[in-house]
Amino acid sequence: MQELNKKTAELTSQEKLVINSLQGGFPVCARPFAKVASQIGMDEQSLIDIITNLKDRNIISRFGPLFDIQKIGGNFCLCAISTPPDAWEKTADQLNEMPEVAHNYLRTHEYNLWFVLAIETAGQLTETVAKIEQVTGYPVLALPKEKEYFVGLNFEVQ
Amino acid sequence: MTTDRDIITAMQEGLPVCPEPYAAIAEQLNIDEQELHTRIEQMLESGTIRRVGLVPNHYRIGYRYNAMTVWALDDQKVDTIGELLGKQPSVSHCYKRPTQLPSWPFNLFAMVHGRSLNEVNEKIEALRLLIGDNCRQSEVLFSEKILKKTGLRLKNRNPKNA
Repeated sequence: MQELNKKTAELTSQEKLVINSLQGGFPVCARPFAKVASQIGMDEQSLIDIITNLKDRNIISRFGPLFDIQKIGGNFCLCAISTPPDAWEKTADQLNEMPEVAHNYLRTHEYNLWFVLAIETAGQLTETVAKIEQVTGYPVLALPKEKEYFVGLNFEVQ
Repeated sequence: MTTDRDIITAMQEGLPVCPEPYAAIAEQLNIDEQELHTRIEQMLESGTIRRVGLVPNHYRIGYRYNAMTVWALDDQKVDTIGELLGKQPSVSHCYKRPTQLPSWPFNLFAMVHGRSLNEVNEKIEALRLLIGDNCRQSEVLFSEKILKKTGLRLKNRNPKNA
């Protein structure tokens, strides 16, 4: 289980430069690292080494294209369950065992378990929600997104 | 014919960190590298690829606090307010979702991140001011624990059956 108060990583100024420069707009060309490296005053191999090292230290969680899976028919649905405050662990374990559950967060609310279902078709949603209600014994609040106003954020390190 | 789905599946784990990452993916897909560049550009244009780049683990770089703010708005106002919140630099995701009365009256969701509780609360207060009396009721749900976080995976399926 990943605790939120996990220690903030120590970063060198070069690492900060890489994190701040590469969150969007990584080039699509034969030697993209060489291209970016020259723009930020580094050489290709140093940039590759820094990114590899940041990945190994779990400071970069993903490197590459970010997809909007819904554009090719995948489906996500945000769901919530409300358990008594001291009884969420068993339900969380039950949820985490299901491959359809992609993310699961404990939040400060009467609805304390918030999870994302990743399913291949919209038709599977009803079925999956019914299965979760049966396994956990709690009603599920299913809140599929109806409209997206904005997605994306640059996290700047100072 | 290589489908978008094949391309997504090949890059699901991200790009390899090596001098010629697209050549490595093209080889795996058995297509020409130039063809892959073109396809990626097309997918960027259509929005199937939102962007190419690195995603920092925001907890590890100091953004340890995240709040899901939820707002109950009249149906005819939700688009205007949603667009407005989506334009705020403090908001990373902004969605309209269905209500489920009586237990869930909130139809607008906006995620806010910050390096301290104080920073997040200030950002939320700024949103509250923007929304003004358009909102009947709102709540802030801070995350306490990440219980599971896996990448969103597509099954590798035969494109002939797709």
